[in-house]
Amino acid sequence: MAALRKSGARIANPSVSPLGVRALVFITLSIGLMVLDQRQHRLGALRGALSTAMTPVARVLEAPFSAWDSAASLFSSRAGLQQQVETLERARRDDAVRLQRLESLEHENERLRALLNAAPREAETTRVGHVLRVELDALRRRVLVDRGAADGVTPNQPVVDADGVFGQTTVVGATTTEVIMLSDPNHAIPVQIERNGLRTIAVGTGAPDHLILPYLPRNADIEVGDHLLTSGLGGVFPAGLPVAIVSDVRRDPSQPLVQVRAAPFAHLERDREVLIVSYASNPATIADKKPASQPASKTPPPGNTSSGKP
Amino acid sequence: MNPADSIRRRAFWTCALVALALGLLPLPHLLSLLRPDLLLLVVIWFAMMAPRSAGITAAWVSGLFLDACGGLVLGEHALAFVVIGFLVHRFHLRMRMFPLLHQSLVVLVLLWLYQFMLFWIDGVTGHALNEWARLLPALTGALFWPVLTGLLGSLTARR
Repeated sequence: MAALRKSGARIANPSVSPLGVRALVFITLSIGLMVLDQRQHRLGALRGALSTAMTPVARVLEAPFSAWDSAASLFSSRAGLQQQVETLERARRDDAVRLQRLESLEHENERLRALLNAAPREAETTRVGHVLRVELDALRRRVLVDRGAADGVTPNQPVVDADGVFGQTTVVGATTTEVIMLSDPNHAIPVQIERNGLRTIAVGTGAPDHLILPYLPRNADIEVGDHLLTSGLGGVFPAGLPVAIVSDVRRDPSQPLVQVRAAPFAHLERDREVLIVSYASNPATIADKKPASQPASKTPPPGNTSSGKP
Repeated sequence: MNPADSIRRRAFWTCALVALALGLLPLPHLLSLLRPDLLLLVVIWFAMMAPRSAGITAAWVSGLFLDACGGLVLGEHALAFVVIGFLVHRFHLRMRMFPLLHQSLVVLVLLWLYQFMLFWIDGVTGHALNEWARLLPALTGALFWPVLTGLLGSLTARR
């Protein structure tokens, strides 16, 4: 065997066989990397380090845009600024009134939860992240945000903007994080129709302006204008965040499912700033979940099912 | 190592970095669908003209960096780059002899193979994306090839 290989090496072009061997080694390495990354999730640190190494490139690309922005703000007119201050003041007043009402509701909610012996809601903290002007992939909807592990960001955290859910974090580097948007073709978010509590899943399509709801039967109670909120299932997004508004409902008699499109509330393509939300991990809630799953596994009487819904 | 080799190697990494940055530059949606895979084109050109200084090792590392910039699975682009780099290195003497149009056609086939590999790996790893728009960068890349050979040829000739 060894003699055969020796004679083969003599006949073959000497530059070819090392090339083939090297290619094979690299192919094996790549496949090994993919398996480790995909199946074992062992490469979080390496991915983070690589994405940190690429951060300077993103910063250099970002530099002319931010320079332009600061130049534009330098030359903005006094009247324009005054108007902006006025509108912001007005918005702040409106929000302050709403916030007062919200605070009293929150206190009431806490008291009621205490009466019901339910676990208190987790405290949430948010971090503002700037969306870097970098395009990661033309066919997918992912963006780079300038917050990373150094700021306490972890994978699978919800990301929102002022009007609704934006997406969730995926690969976390030291100072940057990749965020997958709602509209990415590989993103799906569990939602609930605000009007009747119907639960389903909203799936991204790759188009920036609509999601689809592919899993609703033809007779499902859904109309144009229905608001979709997160249902809290799945464990990534907390319940009750606004997601999208139903923009198109098509019931084809020959199809078993209704075709629904929904427009996201968040300005996915225009946002420059997003909020990364994190929830303080509360051991009480985890303990709370276990007994809660038990009554669900028992088959309740038919009249009782609606009481399970919030 | 011979000094010409190290100069070529430096030239490769400079071009690769520029190509990578251009690939990340934000563009309007339609244009970005048409954007060619510049980094891969650079890798192909160097694997054809200077395979000893920027061969498949360089291809693999470039692919890995592309994976770091928003790749879904680490190693996906690296694998595709190595396969393309290997093919080009294997046939670099023949490819150099081809007329430019013929070369563009070969590059088109290579870019399609690259996109097919990405499509296949995406499917296997559960990020399937069935979009015909995927093949557009291969077309524009092949159209861009004569420009790139002219550019890189004149850049490296000056050294």
